[in-house]
Amino acid sequence: MEQHEAQKNEYNIIGTRPIRHDGEDKVTGRAQYGADISFPDQLYGKVLRSPHAHARILSIDTSKALAMPGVRAVTTAEDLPRLKDRMVAGEAGAENIRYVTERVLASDKALFEGHPIAAVAATDPWIAEEAVKAIEVKYEVLTAVTEVRDAMKDDTPPLHGELTTETLGEKSKKATNIVRHTRHKRGDPDKGFAEADLVIEREFETKTVHQGYIEPHNATALYRSDGQITLWTSTQAPFWVRRDLAELFDIPLSRIKVVPMEIGGGFGGKIAVYLEPLAILLSKKSGRPVKMIMTREEVFYASGPASGTVTRIKIGVKKDGTITAATAWMAYEAGAFPSNWAMVGSMCVLACYRLENLQIDAYDVLTNTSKVMAYRAPSSPQAMFGVESIIDEIAIKLDMDPLELRLKNAVQEGDRRADGPKFHRIGLKETIRAAMESEHYKSPLPSGANRSRGVASGFWFNAGMQSSATVGINMDGTANVTTGSVDIGGSRASMAIMAAEALGLTAEQVRPIVADTDSIGYTDVTGGSRTTFATGYAVYEACQDVIRQLKTRVAKLWDVQEDKVEWGDGAFHHVDNGKSPMSVGDLGPKLEATGGPVMGHGTVNPKGVGAGFGIHIADIEVDPDTGKVTILRYTAVQDVGQAIHPAYVEGQMQGGATQGIGWALNEEYIRDAEGRMLNPGFLDYRVPTALDVPDIETILVEVPNPGHPYGVRGVGETPIVPPMGTIHNAIARAIGLRMRSLPMSPPKVLHEILQRGQTVEAAAPVTS
Amino acid sequence: MSTNRMVSTTINGEDMALIIDDRMTLLDALRDRAGLTGTKEGCLSGDCGACSVIMNDRVVDSCLVMAAEAEGAAIVTVEGLADGTELHPLQRRFLEQAALQCGICTPGFLVTAKSLLDRNNNPSAAEIRLWLAGNLCRCTGYDKIIRAVEGASADLRAAKG
Ligand code: FES
Ligand code: FES
Repeated sequence: MEQHEAQKNEYNIIGTRPIRHDGEDKVTGRAQYGADISFPDQLYGKVLRSPHAHARILSIDTSKALAMPGVRAVTTAEDLPRLKDRMVAGEAGAENIRYVTERVLASDKALFEGHPIAAVAATDPWIAEEAVKAIEVKYEVLTAVTEVRDAMKDDTPPLHGELTTETLGEKSKKATNIVRHTRHKRGDPDKGFAEADLVIEREFETKTVHQGYIEPHNATALYRSDGQITLWTSTQAPFWVRRDLAELFDIPLSRIKVVPMEIGGGFGGKIAVYLEPLAILLSKKSGRPVKMIMTREEVFYASGPASGTVTRIKIGVKKDGTITAATAWMAYEAGAFPSNWAMVGSMCVLACYRLENLQIDAYDVLTNTSKVMAYRAPSSPQAMFGVESIIDEIAIKLDMDPLELRLKNAVQEGDRRADGPKFHRIGLKETIRAAMESEHYKSPLPSGANRSRGVASGFWFNAGMQSSATVGINMDGTANVTTGSVDIGGSRASMAIMAAEALGLTAEQVRPIVADTDSIGYTDVTGGSRTTFATGYAVYEACQDVIRQLKTRVAKLWDVQEDKVEWGDGAFHHVDNGKSPMSVGDLGPKLEATGGPVMGHGTVNPKGVGAGFGIHIADIEVDPDTGKVTILRYTAVQDVGQAIHPAYVEGQMQGGATQGIGWALNEEYIRDAEGRMLNPGFLDYRVPTALDVPDIETILVEVPNPGHPYGVRGVGETPIVPPMGTIHNAIARAIGLRMRSLPMSPPKVLHEILQRGQTVEAAAPVTS
Repeated sequence: MSTNRMVSTTINGEDMALIIDDRMTLLDALRDRAGLTGTKEGCLSGDCGACSVIMNDRVVDSCLVMAAEAEGAAIVTVEGLADGTELHPLQRRFLEQAALQCGICTPGFLVTAKSLLDRNNNPSAAEIRLWLAGNLCRCTGYDKIIRAVEGASADLRAAKG
């Protein structure tokens, strides 16, 4: 692996690759994921879901199900409190609690295929399944609209009769499927285009895709007679689950304890509640713990995939490659309830480029599909796909190196994003240069017919938000670090590394713990690439608290004023060198005699978030007879800030790139005319296998984030953004065909080859 | 209607008698009857390989095998890979190479890779990818998994001398 060190590594533990602390449990099968917890008296819950994507519910008769031997409880929307309109905190901005309630259990209309209608708890899963089938529901089937283009048409009936569009902060009069219109404008785009030597405008489309975590959603709930609720679940956000449940049931937060089990992937999809409230309702009715697990089909139908989109992008440039103006029109599938993903996309779409003149119009559009949720760098891949394609087209037309063109227009510290905020220290330029200097990019193009190389860039904000941590010093001088951040991919190790660095210990001397919501302070989601940054920051603060307290103990032991004691190089020193240094290890056994235990606390809501940028490079081959695209070589280059555990940083880049490759080449929801998904299984949906991807080379560019004590910037999300553009551009350069539509699956590519021949554009290799 | 029966089988070298429901899969029996929850469920349709176990020297998706078929069979699950506190080279390499992120796919990969190395202790990267193509990992992009299996195969060859 090539490494670009922006600065000399002055750390002892940071940047090393210790074995993760939860690793042994995870390679021996001992780790407890959500589905692995069981109680002797537990019941099994199953959900009755709407087979229709859009239908009025005329009646629900549960009597036959309830009468079945072994059935202990049946629940429907009637059991949830009917709450008044009220905006509550949601996954990406506020949402109306009424819609959350309606999403969890449908009352009068089923709005997407898989919409929960009722749930059953029984003594074994087979009885529960039979009982679900015994519930009689009468529907009046309505027309389903699943494509944003259709949903936006004037004559399409609005999904929610009462919902009007919020345009630039104002509510419209008319009910519509457009939830919100977001606009960002700067300078004078018309003037900018008039000054351009070349203007290209194109339309792009992407399909609904799923996060595809291997572990299905699960929840086990116990509702006690005193009203206390315990919930065991695989979630990215135990405190958000607690919040959502408190809102839904209109009860205090302190009545709910969420125990985060190990989680088998999430990528943004395991944040909202689905089974959790149902398991609680069933446990309340039966007085027994209730365990629920989704089938894979249910995960596809009824969890929160990522928006299908339509975008129209226009970019103007001078002959020398300087961008003079850009506009973007974008429509995002919201699913059946209002969401904000187009708004998020509007902040990403042009984020890589320095622009004086721009306009962005983004529309969140209701459709008869499950409400879309976050998926790794949510909204950015769909937004940037089109931009990256046009930039490549421009490079070919101007006969410029596509990375040179990007470098010329790249944002840097002090530039403003389209929606206003100024970038702090960012490393896009360093990343582009590292890509240009990489062995891959400098190597000759792959030889042979229908082969070429593509590049594209990607952006993600990265998040900050709130985190809590405690650090307890043990009597032998080792430390326990407790946080509220679920470990979805190695974050325990990162926390231990940062604590070890701060306290002068080894990573192995620190035990990282993920606590439940009763046992640690409030902590936001594991997501937004915020965990190592913000929770790491809280750990750092807790360690500083420990050091402050230990300093008092050292002063006592040395019988000197505190200002004579200094912390540095992992030990306390006497400023006049009058004493031999004392480490945390030395102090552990002395705590009892000097005042008792030492425990540090850290709580943060840090603002100094560092945005992430990446460049990917792909060599591909198109088989003109089948339309299949094979990736011959792939490299991901990214500004990762200071890499805390480089192996897991590389892993994030490789995993993100692979998800992006799947999105680029194969993954999509295929729906019939009634809005039913035709491919709700891993192989038909077509998640990449080990045979579909090559080795993913990684180049870590380390531009430390000055907003974090250890220079951390988020890493996990950026790498899913560049692959679509990268592969798209490689195909264009290999066979002269710009698909402008995802996925670029064999049938679609073949269709385009046959339709358009190979003459649309002269194939142009990347200059290198 | 449900019928229960007893199935006698050998799991990780130990004889076990499990009372199973006829409708149970081997995956259900391992998890809910033998208490071996290391074998995971991802799809129940043979697509993901999270439930991979070795049954009579063949890798199978335990979600596609009925529990009753385990009668007289010898089964190896992820819990059977380590020798006491001594991890199998695959387990050790997975840890060293960071070949797991969320870890839900890991038991299936370990078991499948073991069956490969039991047959061929010097597979090429391409052979490893082919052998593991029935196991899905959504986190790692496979790269580090392939490196880990290569490492373990080298370890096994070195141990044999
Ligand atoms: S659970 Fe058996 S193959 Fe997925
Ligand atoms: S490590 Fe998460 S699916 Fe493989």
